[in-house]
Amino acid sequence: MQWNSLSDFLAMGGYAFYVWGSFGACALGMVIEIVILKQRRRAIMARLSRKELSQ
Amino acid sequence: MNHSLVNWFKFASPASFYPLAGRLIPFFTAAAVLLLAAGLWLGLLVAPTDAQQGEGYRIIFVHVPASWMSMFIYCVMAFWAALGLSFNTRLSGMMTSALAPTGALFAFLSLWTGALWGKPMWGAWWVWDARLTSQLILFFLYLGFIALQAAIDDPRRADKAGAILALVGVVNVPIIYFSVQWWNTLHQGASVSMTKAPSMAHTMLLGMLLMALAFWAYTIAVALMRVRCIILERELTSEWVKKNAME
Repeated sequence: MQWNSLSDFLAMGGYAFYVWGSFGACALGMVIEIVILKQRRRAIMARLSRKELSQ
Repeated sequence: MNHSLVNWFKFASPASFYPLAGRLIPFFTAAAVLLLAAGLWLGLLVAPTDAQQGEGYRIIFVHVPASWMSMFIYCVMAFWAALGLSFNTRLSGMMTSALAPTGALFAFLSLWTGALWGKPMWGAWWVWDARLTSQLILFFLYLGFIALQAAIDDPRRADKAGAILALVGVVNVPIIYFSVQWWNTLHQGASVSMTKAPSMAHTMLLGMLLMALAFWAYTIAVALMRVRCIILERELTSEWVKKNAME
């Protein structure tokens, strides 16, 4: 373990903005992509069940 | 006829690939989560501080995997594009389209994390250096592919046009990869090479490889999720969708 305390870890030796900006952007991008895909699938399923009802 | 050939062509049909993809998604999702946890643990908690760059170097654990994936996904798209153009299989075009947004995301993340790394180490968010410029072109190729497909109403024609763009654009990938050797660039050379022993500490290298594998598994899971959406959207009126897809 490289860190003495949580605040030490969060400070990233003075590079907090750059390191967390990088990791945060990646996490955000991946989460947004998954949310968009789940919404897309839900929309398709809604269309499918509407069609089923109309038949 | 060769038996294995029959099997491959069976899965080239969207109707039979759809349930297969559905079974594969949980497996790749679990792999992504586990690899991500291990990679983050090694990269953020275990790997030692870099002698020159202090803790700032830890950006490598997302920057390098994102950059690798952005190049690799484009190669996979070109592969599916070539397959689609030669065999005229519908699934190939769907796979190419399913990969493009994830490739664009990784190309963007590569540029974004690169800027956040460049600022403290080089003193600049951006330089018009061969590596950075060719990576920016890759990002634009992804956006161009998505825009081109969105502009064509007939999906089969959109697949063909996209396939040609994917195949022409793939020449940019070796240019990115070798740019640090061909030109005098500010960007450092390859971190991992086939011919030399790695110049990094073992935990750093292992953390980076785990993160790369995690991004790999993530990409496969997400691309399979997206290809299932594309299959359903295109085949909404067919019998098999009505019967099976609601499960």
